[in-house]
Amino acid sequence: MKRALPAIWLVVLLTVPWWLQDQYILHVLITTGIFIIAAMSLNLLLGYTGQLSLGHVAFFGIGAYASALTTLGFDVELFGFRVVHQPWPAIIGLFIGMVVAGLSGYVIGRLSFKVRGAYFVIVTISFAEVTRLIALNWVELTQGPLALTNIPPYTLGFPGLGNYTLWSKVAYYYLVLALGLIAYVVISRLVGSRIGRAMIALKENETLATSVGIDVTRYLVLAAVVSAAMAGGAGSLYAHYLKIIDPDIFLFIYTVTMVIMVITGGKGTLAGPIVGGVIFGFLPVVLRPVAAPAVQWILYGALMIVIVFMLPQGIVPALQRSMANWSRSERKGAIAPLTDSAKPGEGQ
Amino acid sequence: MDQFLQHLLNAVMLGGTYALLGIGLTLIFGIMRVVNFAHGELYAFGAYTVYLVAAALGLNFFLGLVAAVIAGALLGALIEVVLLRPMRGADIDTVMLMMIGAWIVMQNTELLVWGGVAKAIVTPFPDAPLVIGPVSISWLRVFVLAAALLLIVASYVLIHRTKLGKAMRATFQDADTAALMGVNIKGIFTVTFAIGSALAAAAGALLGPVFLVTPTMGDLASLKAFAIVILGGLGNITGATIGGFILAFVEEIGAGYISSGYRDAMGFLIIIVVLLFKPTGLFARAERVG
Repeated sequence: MKRALPAIWLVVLLTVPWWLQDQYILHVLITTGIFIIAAMSLNLLLGYTGQLSLGHVAFFGIGAYASALTTLGFDVELFGFRVVHQPWPAIIGLFIGMVVAGLSGYVIGRLSFKVRGAYFVIVTISFAEVTRLIALNWVELTQGPLALTNIPPYTLGFPGLGNYTLWSKVAYYYLVLALGLIAYVVISRLVGSRIGRAMIALKENETLATSVGIDVTRYLVLAAVVSAAMAGGAGSLYAHYLKIIDPDIFLFIYTVTMVIMVITGGKGTLAGPIVGGVIFGFLPVVLRPVAAPAVQWILYGALMIVIVFMLPQGIVPALQRSMANWSRSERKGAIAPLTDSAKPGEGQ
Repeated sequence: MDQFLQHLLNAVMLGGTYALLGIGLTLIFGIMRVVNFAHGELYAFGAYTVYLVAAALGLNFFLGLVAAVIAGALLGALIEVVLLRPMRGADIDTVMLMMIGAWIVMQNTELLVWGGVAKAIVTPFPDAPLVIGPVSISWLRVFVLAAALLLIVASYVLIHRTKLGKAMRATFQDADTAALMGVNIKGIFTVTFAIGSALAAAAGALLGPVFLVTPTMGDLASLKAFAIVILGGLGNITGATIGGFILAFVEEIGAGYISSGYRDAMGFLIIIVVLLFKPTGLFARAERVG
């Protein structure tokens, strides 16, 4: 049963567009999926290396803008030189978005990891706010508050089959699902590897990790680059799906959304961001008919406080614990120690 | 030159209230090790309290200011007792997340109660500005600076000349030892948070009439307060005071000579530069409060 669970989930997710008629719900699924990818990337930093980056939306936004600008082209004057870029296909924008976000992750990571704790948090917020203000004020490149509009959808080229442009929601749903699965596999491979163990070691005790020869800064920067590139990819998906982006994409509240998803689901678990993401992605759907946006946000905030109070580890670890207890009593006294290898619902 | 003098004067006027924000946060951050994301919401709360008393109820403006400070202190004490006291000993990130939750709740409550439209507070000061040679300044801003300086001096006296201040400084240095010496740590934490919140509310109450009052006014205030605290060094009141004036000055110069759009970016650039090159702040002594 436990082994079949991931396969069942996959079948359910794959068949969604067949039995789901409601276009609004499909739209929510797509945006939720995009934010889950972003939350998974944040989890790599927050959950596995233990660094609370509150500037994560910067990478999401940089990926979105880089991808959109690659696709739309631009013509700006920079230090007296005129830089002109002709429009490229949108799918190249996705890669450029990821590369640019990854590079920013490298630079910002290099600089920010000089400090820790509260100072790290504040530096990362500062970087995100500076990026937002640049997007808002560099009108020649970004159109500022007028937003970049008419961002074309991706076109996938299949050898021998011709091109396919993703005009429909269903097509985007499958793209987000596919990229989400790739992101999931990449992260689970990474954290299960030597690199992942090094990251967890430095989260647990940085001094000790250093003393056994782990190059802390190197692993932190590596995590930041992978995480930023993934968030950038999510940003690109967001831009090409919505076809419009403005500097509000950099708002702190989006970082907070990602953080709530990770914390609620359970930081440092593979399933955590997905569980948290589904909850906070669909909460607005449930609340929309009954509560004004301000009330919804009040409930989010209150929920965040309650979860930090009651379930500081998040939902997934709590479920794992109760399921472990359940299976223990099931086997009538057989000892089932709760270790990291016993993670129900995650698949091995 | 005249333009520069005008910028300088504007910076001094703004710097006083920035210093209040910074002192409030540096006390909370320094003594309680709480990264208080709700600090800016206390600032907004102060501004809305003045609006409530002076504009909505039509009472005296100065009464509104006093009410804002008292209400800020009470709300701060409430937050400390309800949210922070049970979380003592939890790690700094957990408490930070909780304060982010509190920030979201408070901001959206303001949005719900007052609506998203910016409110203007009318003051009893004359509209005609005070002109000194080439520069001019509104009477309201003169009053704001005077009131801010008064509160800054009051905080100094409180921290350095009273028994409570002595207990606060002792708690900052070593909470356990202070507790052994008979300091009521729980009480000190509540009082610290209340004082910090009152100062933030005072800053909001003073700047609210100068600018406009909106539900999101607290966002930048929180981040600016962090910039000031980082500039001045943790728990350093003198540092926070000077840091407030420096931030105001850099913002004015940045807005005046570079681009007004990047005004708010200055604070963040300060944070990045200071933390990367001198993480202990510009006025670091041995870590101590005062």
